[in-house]
Amino acid sequence: MTVGSSAVSTTPPGRRHRRRNGRAALLFLAPAGLVVFGLVAWPIIRTGWLSFHRVISPLPTVPTESVGLRNFSTALTDPALISAAGRTLYFTLVSTAAELTFGIALGVLMAQRLRFRWLLRAAVLLPWALPTVVNAAMWRYMLNADYGPVNALLTQVGLIDGYRSWLGTPLSALHMIIIADVWKNTSIAAFFVLAGLTVIPRDLIEAAEVDGAGTIRRFFAITLPLLRPVIAVVLVLRTIEAFKVFDIVFVMTRGGPADGTQTVALYAYITAFSNQSFGYGSAVALLIVLVVLVLAMIYIRLLTSSSGPEDR
Amino acid sequence: MSTSTSQLPRRTFLAGVAGLGAVGALAACSSGSEAPSSSGGGSTPGQLQGTINGLFMKQAGYSEQHIRQMAAAFKKANPGVTVNMEFVAYEALHDKIVAAAAAGTYDLVFIDVIWPAELASKGLIADISDRIPANWSTDILPGALNSAVYQKKFYGIPWLLDTKYFYFNKAMLSKAGIEPSSVTTWDGVAAAAKTLKSKGIVKYPLMWSWSQAEAVICDWAALTASFGGKLFDDSGQPAFTSGGAVQALEFMRRTLVDGLTNPSSTQSLEDDVVKVVSAGDAAMGLNWTYMFAAANDPKQSKVAGDVVITEVPNGGAGRMSVNGSSALSITATTKNPDAAWAFAKFVSSQKIQEKYVSDSLPIWKASYDSPSVIKSAPEVVPVAKEQLANMVNRPQVVNYNAISQKLQVAVQKALLGEVDPKQAMTTAAGDVEQILKQ
Repeated sequence: MTVGSSAVSTTPPGRRHRRRNGRAALLFLAPAGLVVFGLVAWPIIRTGWLSFHRVISPLPTVPTESVGLRNFSTALTDPALISAAGRTLYFTLVSTAAELTFGIALGVLMAQRLRFRWLLRAAVLLPWALPTVVNAAMWRYMLNADYGPVNALLTQVGLIDGYRSWLGTPLSALHMIIIADVWKNTSIAAFFVLAGLTVIPRDLIEAAEVDGAGTIRRFFAITLPLLRPVIAVVLVLRTIEAFKVFDIVFVMTRGGPADGTQTVALYAYITAFSNQSFGYGSAVALLIVLVVLVLAMIYIRLLTSSSGPEDR
Repeated sequence: MSTSTSQLPRRTFLAGVAGLGAVGALAACSSGSEAPSSSGGGSTPGQLQGTINGLFMKQAGYSEQHIRQMAAAFKKANPGVTVNMEFVAYEALHDKIVAAAAAGTYDLVFIDVIWPAELASKGLIADISDRIPANWSTDILPGALNSAVYQKKFYGIPWLLDTKYFYFNKAMLSKAGIEPSSVTTWDGVAAAAKTLKSKGIVKYPLMWSWSQAEAVICDWAALTASFGGKLFDDSGQPAFTSGGAVQALEFMRRTLVDGLTNPSSTQSLEDDVVKVVSAGDAAMGLNWTYMFAAANDPKQSKVAGDVVITEVPNGGAGRMSVNGSSALSITATTKNPDAAWAFAKFVSSQKIQEKYVSDSLPIWKASYDSPSVIKSAPEVVPVAKEQLANMVNRPQVVNYNAISQKLQVAVQKALLGEVDPKQAMTTAAGDVEQILKQ
C-alpha cells in the first residue's frame, strides 16, 4: 500500500473535475445572477425596506427614519388611495370583461375559413404590437377635442352635433382610457382563444351538427366550455395587467381631470417621485403587489379546477 | 456519495451570492454619495476639461435648436468640455430630475421657480452661493433671482425669465367692433367674449391651460393676484378660501358655464392654447412669452400678425401675473461642477440672452433699455417691462408639489361643477394644512 506525497495528489480526480466544473458554472451564471439581483431582487428588497421608513430624498446621504407600519396604516385610510383603488377595480372589471368578450368573438372569427384570414389576423395583431405609450399618445391625439379625428368623423357622419371634450370630464375620460386599453389588448385575448380553438376536437363539433345543433347552440354547448382553460389564462393575465395600469393613464390624462382617472399605480408613482415620499410610495406599491398576488392565486385556483383532473 | 457535476459546491455558491450582494451594496452606497466641491474658482474658461450632461425643458423659452447653438458657442470657447443635452417636456422634468439623482446622471438641470425649496432641502442640487458674482443681485430682475434662491442661498443660475401674458386676436375683436382697450379688465374680457360668441365670430372665444397640471395653478394664481387675493398668507398658511382666490375661481367657472371658455381647456396645456389660438379657434388666452412668436409665425399659425400680447387684465387689484421663471442648477452629484458652472454662466450671460431675445426675454435689467433688444421684440419688451414688475410667486415650500396636486384637483372640481368653488377651496385648505405640517 502506498501513501500519497501531497494533499493535492490525494484528491480524487473526479472531485477536482467537479470543483472545476462548479467554478466554471458559477462564472457563467454570474452575469445572469447579477442582472437578476440588480433588476429583480434588489428593487424588491429596497422597496420593502423603504416601505418601513420615512424617506424624503432619493439620495442615500439624506437621513431616513424608521416608522414601522405607519406607511401601511396611512395607506389603508388614505381617501385618495381608496378612491383610486375603487377606480382601478372598475377599470379592471370593465376592460377585462370587454377584452375577453371581443377576444372570443375575434378568435372565433379568425378560426373561420375566410378568404383573407391572414389579413384579418395581421390586422387583429397590429394594436397589440404597438407599444402602450404609442397607443396612448395616438388615442390622446384622436380624442383631442379641438383637432382630433374622432370628433371630425363623428360630426361628419352625424352621430354628434358638435365637438365633444372626450377627456374633459372624469367619467368620460375614464371610459376613453378603457376604450384605448380594450383596443390594444383585445388582440392578445383573441389569439389565446384562437389557439384554444385549434385543439377542440373537430369530431365533437361534427357530431353536434349531425344531432341537429345550430351554430349558436354548438358554440355555447361545446366551444365555450372547452375554451374554459384558455379563458381562465386570459382572465389571469389581463386582470393582473389591468390592475397595475399606469402608462396608458399617465400619457392620456396623467390622472385628471379632477383625479377622475387616477389609478393606484399612478398614485404610487406620484407619491414617490413627484412628492418624494419614497417610503409611503413604496408601501402603496407593495400593497398593489399584494392585491395582484391574491388575484393571481384566486385565478390559478380557478384555472386548475377548470382543467380536468387528468390535467393536474 | 455521488454528486452531480451540475451542482455547485455549497460554500462556492454562498461565496458567489455574498459577492453579488456586496457588489449590489457597493453600487447602492456609491450612488450619489459623493458631494461636489462647490467652491468658487476652479479652472479658468478655456482650460476646462470633461463632459457635462444637462437636462433641459422642451417647451416654452429657448428652443432646443437655440440651446444647441449656445452649446456650440460654448464648446468653441471651451474645446475641452463636451456638453450632452437631453430635452424633455415640462411635465416630465421634475420626476426625471428626482429619478436620475441617485445615479448622478446629470450635472446640470433646468429647474422651475417652484422647485428650489424642495430640491435644495432634499440635497439634490448644490449650494453655489460662493460662485455668484456680487453684482447679480442688483443686475438681474428679482423674478429671475427667485427661481434660483432658497433661504437666501443660490441653488441655481437664473436663466429663463417668464410670466403669463394676455393674448388677443385683434382681427377678431375688430370684426366684432370691440376696442382693445376694453379687454384690460376681466369684466371687459367676459363682455368681449360674449359679443364674439353672439356674433358667431368664434364658438369659444377663450382658451386656457386648465389641465390637471401646474399650468392650471399658474392661470389661477395670476387671476387670484389680479382679483386682489393670495394663495398663502404671510405666515405661509392657506389664504385661498376667501377673497380674490375664490373670486378668480368663480370667474373661471362662469366662463365655462356661459360657453365662453372652450370646454377642452380642462384637458389642455400651454401648447394647446397656442394651437387653438393659432388655428383661429379662440380669440383670447393666457400664456407664457413664447406664444407671441409661435402664434405670429406664418409657418405654424393661421392668424399670424393678428395676435397681440398685453398685460394680464385687471380684476380690481391691478394687472398682476404669476412668476414662471426658471434656473439652471448644478446637481449635488456632479463630478464636474466647474464645467457645469461655466456652461450655465455662459448661457445666462447678457450677451447670449440678448442674442436669443425672440425666444425669451433676458434676465438682465439693463437689457430692457438696450435698443437692440427693443428692436428685436418691439411688441413684447414694453409689455414685459410692465408685467415683469407686477407678478406674484407661488409658495416656495418644500412640499410644493404635493400642495399643488391638491389644489389642481380642487380647482378642477370647481371648474367642472362637481363642487362649489368656495367649498372646493375649503376642503383643499384642510388637505394643504396637513401637508404643511409634514
